[in-house]
Amino acid sequence: MKYLDEFQNPELARRLLDDIRSTVTRPWALMEVCGGQTHTIIRHGIDQLLPEQVELIHGPGCPVCVTPLEVIDKALEIAARPDVIFCSFGDMLRVPGTDRDLFQVRSRGGDVRVVYSPLDALKIAQQNPHREVVFFGIGFETTAPPNAMTVHQARKLGIPNFSLLVSHVRVPPAIEAIMASPDCRVQAFLAAGHVCSVMGTGEYPELAARFRVPIVVTGFEPLDILEGIRRTVRQLERGEHTMDNAYPRAVRGEGNPAARAMLADVFEVTDRSWRGIGTIPASGWRLSERYREYDAEHRFSVEGITTREPAACRSGEVLQGFIKPHECEAFGTLCTPRSPLGATMVSSEGACAAYYLYRRLGTTPTPQEASPVV
Amino acid sequence: MSDTLHPAPGGSSRGGPTPADRGLPTVDISGWTCPAPLRDQPRVVMGHGGGGALSAELVQQIFAPAFGGEILAQLGDSAAVSLGGVRLAFSTDSYVVRPLFFPGGCIGDLAVNGTVNDLAMSGAKAAYLSCGFILEEGVEMPVVAGVADAMGAAARAAGVEVATGDTKVVEAGHGDGVYLNTAGIGLIPAGVDLRPQRVVPGDVVIVSGDIGLHGVAIMSVREGLEFGVEIESDCAALGGLVEAMLAVTPDLHVLRDPTRGGLAAALCEIATASCTGIVIQERAIPVPPAVANACAILGLDPMYVANEGKLVAFVPRDHADAVLEAMRAHPLGAGAAIIGEAVATHPGMVVAGTPLGGTRVVDLPLGEQLPRIC
Repeated sequence: MKYLDEFQNPELARRLLDDIRSTVTRPWALMEVCGGQTHTIIRHGIDQLLPEQVELIHGPGCPVCVTPLEVIDKALEIAARPDVIFCSFGDMLRVPGTDRDLFQVRSRGGDVRVVYSPLDALKIAQQNPHREVVFFGIGFETTAPPNAMTVHQARKLGIPNFSLLVSHVRVPPAIEAIMASPDCRVQAFLAAGHVCSVMGTGEYPELAARFRVPIVVTGFEPLDILEGIRRTVRQLERGEHTMDNAYPRAVRGEGNPAARAMLADVFEVTDRSWRGIGTIPASGWRLSERYREYDAEHRFSVEGITTREPAACRSGEVLQGFIKPHECEAFGTLCTPRSPLGATMVSSEGACAAYYLYRRLGTTPTPQEASPVV
Repeated sequence: MSDTLHPAPGGSSRGGPTPADRGLPTVDISGWTCPAPLRDQPRVVMGHGGGGALSAELVQQIFAPAFGGEILAQLGDSAAVSLGGVRLAFSTDSYVVRPLFFPGGCIGDLAVNGTVNDLAMSGAKAAYLSCGFILEEGVEMPVVAGVADAMGAAARAAGVEVATGDTKVVEAGHGDGVYLNTAGIGLIPAGVDLRPQRVVPGDVVIVSGDIGLHGVAIMSVREGLEFGVEIESDCAALGGLVEAMLAVTPDLHVLRDPTRGGLAAALCEIATASCTGIVIQERAIPVPPAVANACAILGLDPMYVANEGKLVAFVPRDHADAVLEAMRAHPLGAGAAIIGEAVATHPGMVVAGTPLGGTRVVDLPLGEQLPRIC
């Protein structure tokens, strides 16, 4: 995987930074849509290296962060049932629901398992025919196709004890919602490359034209990010607003037709609630009528969920780019990865977690007793 | 919301009787004033064994107060004790690794090398080990024999004698085949005093070779992940390497074997205990390409991945070149590299220089690293 070295090359990074510096003449606010991009930016200190005029605003593209509290509470309730094996990607386990997380459900006897693929969950269902196996299907257009494929396989193989708890979301309606907000100060987007590798770039030219914002499809390595910023700033300085693909090694215009066909077969577009933001029309997927029997919400009739969002948590404003994580009063005090108020602090792709993990130089910790090695 | 949970495997309920129900004293954590209380983790979760912040809290808030004693309060890899005028290092560790056999080793040599290394981090040469087997009913006898043979071979290679032991058998379903505990004692040579409190600004930080091999090797077999090349654990006894280093100078300041929690946890613990800052350069840290690739796929940071045959040394600057040379002359230190230094600024905090020229904080992991969703 020589790409790893090539796309982190300091000399090439310096050249891109020089180009950005020589191009920019006035302040610009760019939003990187994806949480993976946010972590690359903060982990590598890219925001520290950019000229002052280029401000990066962190977008809503963290699948864990935007999953609504109600869905997490539903997951927790299903996972606590004695007949259920609840499977999830690892980073959902620590996300707080109203009064607990999946780790705590497991510590109380719930059978919660971390899997690396939804197909692993299907295998568990085959191996445990007398238990109900539920996979927590969250995420953007990147994770939706394999989850759709798994449901498709469950039907094909006649596996009745498998179901999906679905909370999939779509990026373009989120961009539209952000741009339509009267408080919006985003002037351009670094679009999420992995989403476009599935869906293609077809949805973006119209958005770019309608809102008069450059949308540059961008990858996830440091040089990808810098190249995306360079192209975005060039457009802004020239007064252009088009869709540009700066991630051609992964993204084709038509995306991945097989994955899109699978999505169209298994899912249908629906309105979806985003944690901290609210409901965005047509911004999500649910299982289509043909596959409704594999919908965990129907199978387990999880109803009567009452959620309580912590009042001090401003993750919604962070997700929409209104404030930076450290501008929240609870940041680093009431809210830390150890005791998170919101998913943006606990998710591995959350903007608050990125700031807390990598950017606390201003808050020197108090020396403590020697820590143990146990 | 339902809180009904199914019994744990084997019929007992992990969500069952409270300590009070069983006549045990209860711990009221609501009144604790520690800045990082356990009140949001009323039950043990897997992270309490992950070698990160949760593990540290468990020891500091429950075990250390319960046991008392100045020696335990040092919280080192091993305890330095005096007996009859002789300075001894004394250590114990338990092993619950799955699978029992993995590329590059098995639970048996892991248990021997782990305790030998804990003693070596005090500068001691291990002399005698104890060995406790906890076997699960039904485990195949050749498996037990294989583990025991591996322990014997590892002990002979490390020049240590397994002098005493114990065996218990638990009912089927109450273990993962074989759990091991080893304890060990060894002599600390005159003039050797390895403690984090001896670290001073200016000390050079040296790591003995490639990091992340053990953790990735275990993940690859445990989760059935394939990374294109087989990655073997670095499991090894470090007594000989430490002897070679001490032969150059007994004035090493501290040694740590970065096991669970990886290099990041070891550095954070030393920074906290020594009240010095630590600055490392990411590009100087030896990470084998196979580990870097596997971590990139899973969204993990190699600095947080476990090692079993590596050490981190803090060495006075005057001795650094000689120690590095001695390490590189030893087979287990051939890949040794200087990765940073102790500094007077930001006491208690570890800061990494990124390859692109930025900086970021390196924090103690909370519990276990969780692979990201996409």
